[in-house]
Amino acid sequence: MRGTDVLFAGFGGQGMLLAGKLLAHAAMAEGLEVSWLPSYGPEMRGGTANVTVCLASEPIGSPLLTRHAALVAMNLPSLEKFAPRVRPGGVIVLDTTLIERDPERPDCTVVRVDARRLAREAGVERAQNLVMLGAYAGATHAVPLAAVETAIHGEFSGEKARFAPANVAAFRAGVAVGADAVAAAAGRDA
Amino acid sequence: MTKILMKGNEALGEAAVRAGCVHFFGYPITPQTEIPEYLVKRLAQVGGTFVQAESEIAAIHMVMGASGVGVRCMTSSSSPGISLMAEGMSYIAACELPCVVVNMMRAGPGLGGILPAQSDYHQATRGHGHGDYQVIVLAPSSVQEAVDLMGLAFELAERWRNPVMVCADGMIGQMMEPVEFADGDGRGPPMPPNDWALGVREGRRRRIVNSLYLSPEELLAHNRKLKAKYDAIAATERRSELDAGAGGYDVLVVAFGTMARICRTAVDELRAEGLRPALFRPISLKPFPYPELRRALDAIDGDGPVLAVEMSMGQMVDDVRLAAEGTRRVLFHGTAGGVVPSPDDVAAEIRAALGAAVA
Repeated sequence: MRGTDVLFAGFGGQGMLLAGKLLAHAAMAEGLEVSWLPSYGPEMRGGTANVTVCLASEPIGSPLLTRHAALVAMNLPSLEKFAPRVRPGGVIVLDTTLIERDPERPDCTVVRVDARRLAREAGVERAQNLVMLGAYAGATHAVPLAAVETAIHGEFSGEKARFAPANVAAFRAGVAVGADAVAAAAGRDA
Repeated sequence: MTKILMKGNEALGEAAVRAGCVHFFGYPITPQTEIPEYLVKRLAQVGGTFVQAESEIAAIHMVMGASGVGVRCMTSSSSPGISLMAEGMSYIAACELPCVVVNMMRAGPGLGGILPAQSDYHQATRGHGHGDYQVIVLAPSSVQEAVDLMGLAFELAERWRNPVMVCADGMIGQMMEPVEFADGDGRGPPMPPNDWALGVREGRRRRIVNSLYLSPEELLAHNRKLKAKYDAIAATERRSELDAGAGGYDVLVVAFGTMARICRTAVDELRAEGLRPALFRPISLKPFPYPELRRALDAIDGDGPVLAVEMSMGQMVDDVRLAAEGTRRVLFHGTAGGVVPSPDDVAAEIRAALGAAVA
């Protein structure tokens, strides 16, 4: 693997920056080069928040990209703004809780995730970002799933350790959706 | 050594403490506020002092005072705050006191915006305040390099008794990347004994920190002494990097900081297509690596041009012209306002430069 990247985008407060950070931690633990570049403009205040994570086996050039291998979108403005920037053959993971329309990218693998329901079933409704991260990881296997789970335990440690199991469950629920979507796409192509 | 995932601003703060910095004076401003935020907690662990000053003007003069008594110290700010520090920078340089100043550049002029920029290049390299003085300016292009250059900055500040500026764009401050710190106990060495810091005399000769010379002959002698120091710095402290690729190049791209990484991605993509660009990255902006750049310019095949790429309307390009001394066509691409050129934008500019070279 030379490298890949993903843009996590949503409203401020949906946990997109944390999802990206967990992926970055997992990649670093696997010995990969990694960069985590957030949007930090005034748009963060009540608007969209996004972060670009680059993973590579070599030093990372530009941490800022205008074309992406994958997009994880948790709201409609993010999908509309960034779906056209996904490279052909890329992966688009979208949260159907807030996004009802299709990204109109037949050349990409689209993973539709009912993040709120899955997070609720996992036991913590706020872990919708972990469901989305799972769907991305399950669809792309950009990093080993176990490495992400280790990163989740690292984030939810000490006093927050009691939240770890539900967040891992949310992540795993997302992984299943991501893996199923890729299998279904492969079935269509065959 | 283990790698830690850290924001550039926090990594700079940690690097300062590990370089032995014990005093920080500053005033918050986006996009560098995580530096003071980090140091509030961290300096307390090493018995240091953190002061949030009432303004940037106060902060830089607190740095001057602390440095004058031989305390390893620093401040950090972003573009408009650095402008306010200009007077103090001139005084500190005049008094030959060591200190480190971080400028996490944002878009200007005026209050401008909070997004990344490189438009303080002229300010950093041509002086901030008045008078014939210079500061050493280092420009990191990754979080790890920011850490490494922070250690170097304190070293150079004391070697030359001169302010050193670490000049990065807001992206370096806000981005997280893995960093490694040298093994140690998490605190740096104390300031070595010196013959200039003020303090209790205890029988030694009186020391004076001063920048007022009413005798023109004395002031001329002081200026000549400073000039000799700056010449020695220019001769020994140039830092740069050239990626010439394999088998020659037809165009040379020059960029620093994060912009150099964006250019790196563009250069790699074009090389994969069989084109032959090279990339030169100044690491010390002052002293500017004129001889190194000139050698790289002379090695361009044929009459190929040089392309300076900046997050400004064109500032470092002046130094590229000085290095070229009219021997190469100097092209420029830049943006401002916090709009960062993408690898695709840069690739298009390099293509155009190559097309012009062929025509």
